[in-house]
Order: sequence, then structure tokens, then C-alpha cells
Amino acid sequence: MVSLSGNLLFASFLLYLVGTVVFAGSIKDKKGREKDHGPNKWAKIGVGITIAGFLSQLGYFITRWIAAGHAPVSNLFEFTTFFGMCLVGAFIVIYFIYKLPALGLFTLPVALLLIGYAAMFPRDISPLVPSLQSNWLHIHVTTAALGQAILAISFVAGLIYLIKAIDHTKSSKESNWLEAVLFGVVCTVGFIVISSIFSFSGYKSEFHWVDNNDVEANVEFHLPALVGPHEGEHLTPEKFSPLVEAPGIIDAKKLNTVIWSLMTGVILYLLFRLIFRKRIAQVLQPLTKRANLDLVDEIGYRSVLIGFPVFTLGALIFAMIWAQIAWSRFWGWDPKEVWALITWLFYAAYLHLRLSKGWHGKKSAWLGVIGFLIIMFNLIVVNLVIAGLHSYAGS
Amino acid sequence: MKQVKCECGHVNPHGTVLCESCGRVLVEEEKKKKLVDMRYEGSARRSQTYNKTIIDKIWNFFSSVKVGVTLIIITLAASAIGTIFPQEMYIPTTEPASVYYESQYGVAGKLYYLLGFHNLYSSWWYLLLIASIGISLVICSLDRVVPLYRALKNQKVSRHEGFLKRQRLFGTSQVEELDSSYELVKEKLKKNRYNIREENGNILAEKGRFSRWGPYINHIGLIIFLAGGMLRFVPGMYVDELLWVREGETAVIPETDGEYYLENHQFILEVYDKDKDNEAFNNAIENSGMVAKNFQSDVTLYKKSAETVAGEEPILDKVQDYELRVNEPLKFENFALYQQSYKLDELNKMSFALTNKENNEEFGDLTIDLYNPQDEYDLGDGYKVEVMSYFPDFEFDENSEPVTKSRIPNNPAFIFKMITPDKPDGEVSFVAIKQTIEPFGDNEFKMAFKGVETKNVTALTVRKDLTLGVLAVGGFIFMVGVVQGAYWNHRRIWIRRVDGEVWVAGHTNKNWHGLKREISTIFDGTGINEPKDQSDESDKSIESNSKEE
Amino acid sequence: MRSVILLILGAAVAYTLYANFSKDKIHKVEMGKEAPDFVLVDMDGETHRLSDYKGQGVFLNFWGTWCKPCEKEMPYINNQYKQFKDQGVQTIAVNISESKLVVNKFLERHDLEFPVVIDKDRQVENAYGIGPLPATFLIDPEGKVVKYHTGTLTEPMVREFMEQVKP
Repeated sequence: MVSLSGNLLFASFLLYLVGTVVFAGSIKDKKGREKDHGPNKWAKIGVGITIAGFLSQLGYFITRWIAAGHAPVSNLFEFTTFFGMCLVGAFIVIYFIYKLPALGLFTLPVALLLIGYAAMFPRDISPLVPSLQSNWLHIHVTTAALGQAILAISFVAGLIYLIKAIDHTKSSKESNWLEAVLFGVVCTVGFIVISSIFSFSGYKSEFHWVDNNDVEANVEFHLPALVGPHEGEHLTPEKFSPLVEAPGIIDAKKLNTVIWSLMTGVILYLLFRLIFRKRIAQVLQPLTKRANLDLVDEIGYRSVLIGFPVFTLGALIFAMIWAQIAWSRFWGWDPKEVWALITWLFYAAYLHLRLSKGWHGKKSAWLGVIGFLIIMFNLIVVNLVIAGLHSYAGS
Repeated sequence: MKQVKCECGHVNPHGTVLCESCGRVLVEEEKKKKLVDMRYEGSARRSQTYNKTIIDKIWNFFSSVKVGVTLIIITLAASAIGTIFPQEMYIPTTEPASVYYESQYGVAGKLYYLLGFHNLYSSWWYLLLIASIGISLVICSLDRVVPLYRALKNQKVSRHEGFLKRQRLFGTSQVEELDSSYELVKEKLKKNRYNIREENGNILAEKGRFSRWGPYINHIGLIIFLAGGMLRFVPGMYVDELLWVREGETAVIPETDGEYYLENHQFILEVYDKDKDNEAFNNAIENSGMVAKNFQSDVTLYKKSAETVAGEEPILDKVQDYELRVNEPLKFENFALYQQSYKLDELNKMSFALTNKENNEEFGDLTIDLYNPQDEYDLGDGYKVEVMSYFPDFEFDENSEPVTKSRIPNNPAFIFKMITPDKPDGEVSFVAIKQTIEPFGDNEFKMAFKGVETKNVTALTVRKDLTLGVLAVGGFIFMVGVVQGAYWNHRRIWIRRVDGEVWVAGHTNKNWHGLKREISTIFDGTGINEPKDQSDESDKSIESNSKEE
Repeated sequence: MRSVILLILGAAVAYTLYANFSKDKIHKVEMGKEAPDFVLVDMDGETHRLSDYKGQGVFLNFWGTWCKPCEKEMPYINNQYKQFKDQGVQTIAVNISESKLVVNKFLERHDLEFPVVIDKDRQVENAYGIGPLPATFLIDPEGKVVKYHTGTLTEPMVREFMEQVKP
């Protein structure tokens, strides 16, 4: 069951990959352009493949649920893959409302990155600690993830809008910022690439060190340690030795991973620039040529409208009910809770700005992008760096 | 108060931009625009009309959405600052906050502490921020909902030409078979669940008006929620206590006025077992070592049956037995008990044997109840042990005197006097864990450690929160309002005969794409032209791509 | 109309802020209210019921042997006890749930004469909502609480306190 589940996830990953290519084809296809109604044949195939991928991932989810005896949303790997699945699900629904192939072309890579990112974390089926043993785990986490995924569609729409609407041939504040966002995406790819390379090669080096609270520990690095632990003793001297030591309060292993991801990201980015001699956004721009800006703007707004109530219900209301049952208080200012509140406040501001200040178009698109960055911050930084009561989600 | 009378005869409040009834543009500036601003139906908002007294000024300040959004953004940023380092309630109790932040996070930590960010969410300025959002919610809503209600209630079927012309969706057509076209359109409008009002051959088709109230309903929900949050500060509404109970002990439950008692029979800690639990967990268990499976206190809840004075032995009636686990609190009256923490193997009893140091001959065992040690233990045959001093949680103070840090026997130490037939005056021995001191020189006898008996202690949170009901109502109303506002749209289609032409205009508060698609099916094949999008944005995109339209 | 709304909102905010500032000062036993009655037995086996001391002032001290500031103020209380016991001020020191042995040794060491009772199952501590030790309540001859003090006392303070509840 467990291996079947893994295979289904892998299959869905491949299908999303193929789907992306097909969607790209649907936009390049010249023939489809002449006909004036409905998406072309390629787009139809694309969405078909996407649905197949979604079903396959649903299969992964169900089989893993059966194997574990609880819904696979209890650690970072499971949550992030589920988030990716919800994103694809949200895309499929929105696609059938608006029939915009470009949305698929940009959503599927985000889902691929999410699943790829998730796979870099421990994939074992983990038993539930007592505080997680509740049906509210399923209700709260799935609704919250679904809400975030629908909100994330506004990020994709915003990205399409900005890639299309901004002039990338000259350097401006907005084109630089957009390029910075895309560079962030490249660094995520960098993280996945470099972690996979060293994980396949089975690289391992080990250190013994004493942390800030005088607790001794051994730490295992899976990437060559450019940065070593504070006053760490290298137990595997045949492996790469650290160039510098991290200060005691910083987790050297995580810092090291961040540095490697950034380095790989920079290399990939430079390679890209060398090959295409253009900015990423500029290279992507032709892919958005057939997206109607007005429609893309509306998709962005609509997905916030649909996602906001779902997010409120899952990430705040259900969260509060469960927190009251498990932790005796509905709200405790735990970092994860605070960041859910921040996300909520941000999208509330988005809706108010759009309604009363008339922030449409580029401004609204930027807000969609920033909102997703906040969601990602809550998923990655809060889990891995800030931790707190939700820290079980970090492994 | 000045009022504005429209040509159609309707009397509008001062400041009205579009006549509430016919929609005629009443303000000259607005007439120059290509499209009218439909946000609040062009109604007069109190805050935009008066600005004289201090009350006006405060009211106007809070009624601005710009101010509201600014407050939201400031709150958002402040909340984020509070997550940089852990809040004071989450730091270990081993060090005071004034020391902890600096020792853990250096200068940044010290600054964080000095600025009060370690207790950010209960700081006066954070509360003030939240309160300002609350005030903004009340005033913004009141300022808008009343005029909007008037405007929507008073709207007339026949709208002014200037109003129709300035709608985003607008079109005119020459229609030959007017009556049959009208009937067909009306039928199609009905099929799309529009409410139709007719007047002089003009039509107003409207649906989803209730979605316009969504924002105000969700604001009411939020205000109730915030009011519920405020109620916590009212004495008696909220209890947050921690109750430690040792196994076998019965303790009074705090804040119940001595009415309820809890007996802890047993505390159970279970961990996942590779051999017994789901095989799928094996890898995870191997990688992370021990994984807790269950924290449970087997307890009995008692209620005092007769009035007794504190300190008297209470007469207790059993209420219920309960297996108290995480996620399964024990509820009674307005209280709930939650499995919060535990301490395993706390010392309870200690056994010693009076022993001759040379030949290890024993002269009797004694077991000391660490919570109630006796003054002396008679071992018979002239052997006796006196407890001269007892330190349940022993340490040496700054003067090297033995003292106790607490009343819990975490590290018990005794000064014994061992009286034997050989030494009738007794020998004094100081006995602590792994430590014996003989203050008056070498002794002949010793207290040999024999063993301990331990007990687990459970820690339960005692909670009463009478604000939960209010919060639930607020949350529910919020959800109703937000769904109502987000998932439904207020759509209107005006059809009017003007000089032998049919004018059609359409408006929706959001989701124009949906309205356009609906309008296109409604007017398809009726002989009346589908209205066109007059907005600038859409002009551009129509040029760049006609396919999506 | 608007003034009324603003006033209500302002009052609600002011109350919340006030309550937030004063939340650490809220006590279970309110000043001027009847002190909760209790019955405890002292080290000599004598029973002390608070309500029996109506007509006398009561100096009610909560303490533990592990608590250094408690230990420091004990001799002061003892001295003043001797002064005031014949002037209608009763002193009761409630030990928080320690063992008889420990308390007796403590009394011997410090040569204390005033009645010391042990609140074995912490009912009295609970009824009075005691936080950090030492904590001292002053109860007037009518049985009403007139003062609550936490933290160590100096001898003049002890005297002043007893003076305060002298009938």
C-alpha cells in the first residue's frame, strides 16, 4: 500500500509535468488561434492530463490514508504535497469557469515545485502524537490547505498579469521586483536540484556540537558543510570541512542548506540568462500573449473571493475550535496562529483596497503575489525556523 | 439639513451623487465622466458631507476605509514582529525574561525585551490597535449601510438616460418586433432567476441584492467576536489555572469555590511500539526514537455534598470516573479539565536499612513517607532512628547550610540520629541522594539506601471560558456574511425604451465576466443587442485579443 | 446619535485597557468583604476556626519553610504577636501543605510561639487565592478583610498591620 501510494504520487508528478508542456503547446499552437470560440485541442488535452494527474494524486492520498490510518496531512511532506494537490484542484475548478490555458501553464509548475520541495523532507509515515489524534486534524488542516490553495491561484493570475503587463525590456522598479520573485522560484528549483543530487550520491557528514543551552548533539549534514555548527567537532574528517562556523543561536544545517540553494539558484539563473540573453519574465512573456488582462485580473480577484471564506473557516475558525479542545485555549499567539492571522488580515486588506480604492490591474496583481509569499512564509519559515507549538509540522 | 430634489421628484439627502430613485447624475463633475461610480450607488455618506465638529472629525477619521486598511496593515506588521522571538509565555521558566532574551539572542534579544515585544499581544498599544479596528468596523459600516439601504430601496425601474449611458455595460438597438423580443427577454431573465419589475414598458431585472449586505453582516460578526474577546476581562468570565495532582491524591479544583474535587488514580504515558502498532510507522519510529502515543489521567470527579468550612474534611459525592486524555477534556458545569503536562516518577517513599558499616549487618528497615515523615522509627531491640531534620528539596545555601528549595521531594535529604545499644547517645549522619556526611567524625553505623517508591504526577489545566458562546455566535455570523458577500453577486439589468430605441445597461458589484456571459445568453436571438463593455481596461484587451470575449 | 455610539465605543475600549492593566491585581478575596472561614489544627492540637475570632483582629500569614522571605519575617511576627495577643489581635500562620516534621523542626529552630496550622490539602490556600509567598491578610474584628500584602514584612510593618486591626 505504501509503495503503491508513492508510485501514484510519482505518476501525478509526471502527469503535471506533461500537462505543463501540453499547455505551453496550446498557447504556441497557431491553428487554434484562428477559431474564435473555446479553448483549442491542446488545451483540452492539457486539462485532461491535469485531471488524470489530480486523480492519481488523490489515489496517493487515499492509499496513504489507508496505510497510515489517518489523513496524510500530519508532517511537512504530507501537508505540502496536499497543498499542491489542492492547488491543482482549485485550478481545475477555475479553469472550467474561465477557460484560460495560460493559468494551467503557470499553476502546474507551482504545484510541481511544491511537491518537489515536499519530497526533500522525511517521507516516512509518522504516527500521530496525542495532540494530533482528533478528527479536527482532518477537518482543520484540509480546509486550511484548500483555502490557501485557492488564494494561491490569485498569485498565479497576478504573475501572468505582471509578466504580460510589465515592459521587461528596460529596467524598472516593477520589472526588477518581478524578476526577484522569479529568482526566488529559481532558488526553490535550486534547493530541489542540489538536495536531490547529494541525496542520490548518499553524501553524509557528521558533527558533534553543543548548542546554546549546553545540550550536546550530533548533527548529520546531507550537503557538504560550507557552514559548520558552532564549535562543532567534525566526526567525518574525510568529507568536506566547513569554511566558517555559524554562531551558536543559528542552526548551521539549515543555514548551510539555504546557502547551497541560493548558490544553485544563482548558477541556474545565470545559465538561463546566458542561454536566452533575456530576463526570465521576458522569456515567459510570449506565453501570456493570449491571456486577456481584464480576465486575468478578474480571476485573481475571484480566487481571493472564493478562497477567503474557505481560509477563514479552515485556518481560523476550525483552528480555534480544535485549539480549544486540544490545548484548552482557542487562541494562544503561537507563531503559526499569528501568521494565519497575518494572512487573513492581508487578504482582508486586499478586498478592501479593491472594493473601495479601486485597486485593479497591476496593484491587485502585486497584492496577489505578496499574499502568496506570506502563505509560503507561514509554510516554510514558520515551520522550519520559528517553530513553536506547530513544530511537529517541521519534520 | 439641505436636501436635493431631483427632476424625477425624489428628494435625496444632501451630498447624493446619483438620484436614489432614477439614477440621474446630480453632481456636475460626475457628468463629465464616461462611467459613473457605482460603489455605494452614488449615495450620500454622512462622513463625506459634514466636517465641522470634533464628533464629525472623529467619525470621519474612523469611517475612512483608507484608515481601516492602514490599521489592518499596522496590526499585521506588529503581529509579525511578535513572532521573531518566542513570546514570554513560551520561554522556559528556568530564566527570567530579562535574562533569557539577552542570553539566547544577544543584543537583538535585549532590545526585543526592552521594547516590550516579548509581551506584544497583551501590550496596551496592540490592544488599542485591535480596538481601533473594531471602532473602524462599526463606523465604516454604519456610515455606508444606511445610505446604501436607502438607495437600493428607493431605486426606480425607469432609470435616467445619463445613468444608463454611463454604465460599464451599455448598448442600444433598433428592434422591429418589440413586444415579442420583450417577452423572450423576460422569459430568459426569469429562467436566470432575476426578479423583474416593469414600469411603462421599462424593465429592471435584479438578482442577488442580499449579497450587498454580506460585508455589513460579516462586520457585525467581527464586532460581536471582538466584544466576546473584551468580555474575557470581566471578572468571573475566564479561569486559567494549572492543577497538579499526584497519583492517589485528591485535590480541590481551583476556582470552583471548593465545590469540586479531583482524584488522580493513575497517570499513563504510552509510546508507539514497533511491534504492536501499525507497521507503516516503523521507519518514522526508528528515525525519531520515541514517539508519544497517549497521555492519560484516570481520574474521579467529586462534588462536595455538604457545606463544610475550608480545612475540614469534606464529604464528597462521586460525580464520575473519567479517562482524561489530550483532545478529550473532562467537562463539568462551565469548567473543563485538560491534560496539560505531567511528571513521571516523582519520589514518594524511601527505604533505608540501619547497617553496621564494618560487617554490613542490618538491624532493621525503615520506609519514610517523603510527604509525611515521622519523628522517629523504632526498629526494636534498642535500635532506633530519629529524624533530626528533613529537606525535601535539598541544596546548600550561600552559607553552606542545608536548606530546601520547595516542598516537593525532588532531592530529599535527612539528618538522622542512629541510636543503637552500642551508641545509646546516637550517631548523627547527613544522608542525601548519593551523598553521606558524618559531621561528628567516623560513625559505626550508616543508613544504607534500600530503594524508592515513586508516583507520577499529572498536570491539568482548569478552564472556564464563558466568552466562548459569544465568540461562536460572532464567528458564525462572520462566516454567513463573508460567504453571502463573496459567493453571490448583485446583478442588475435595465432595459428602457428611449425614442424608439431600446437601451440596455448592466451592472454587477463584481464578477463582470459572469454577468457578461449571462447577458450574452439572455439577449442571444431576441433581436436586442447585447450591451458592450465600455470600460477602458476592456477596450485595451479587446484590441489585443478578441478571442476570450 | 453618533456621539452616543462614539461614547459607547470609547467606554468599551477604556474599560478593556483598564482591565488589562489591572488584571494582575484582581484578587479572589475582595477588600471589605467577609474573609472566607476555615478550620485548621495547630501544632499543639488546638483547633482554630476563623469565625471564632470575631471581635478580635486577625493577622493571617501564609508561608512555607522553603520560602526565604517567610523565614525572615517570622521572628518579627513572633515579637509582635507577644505584644498584641493580649490586645485582641490573633496571629495565625498557615503553612502550605508541608509535613508536620518539617514544620515542627522549623518552629523549634526559630523558637516561634504563635499558632501555626498546616493547610494539608490546600483548601484554605485555594479559598484565599494565594499566589506567591509570603502573603498576609488582615482581618478586622468584624471578620472583614482590610488588607492583603504579598512579599516580606519588616518589623515596623508587622506592628502597623496589627495596630490596624486592633479592636
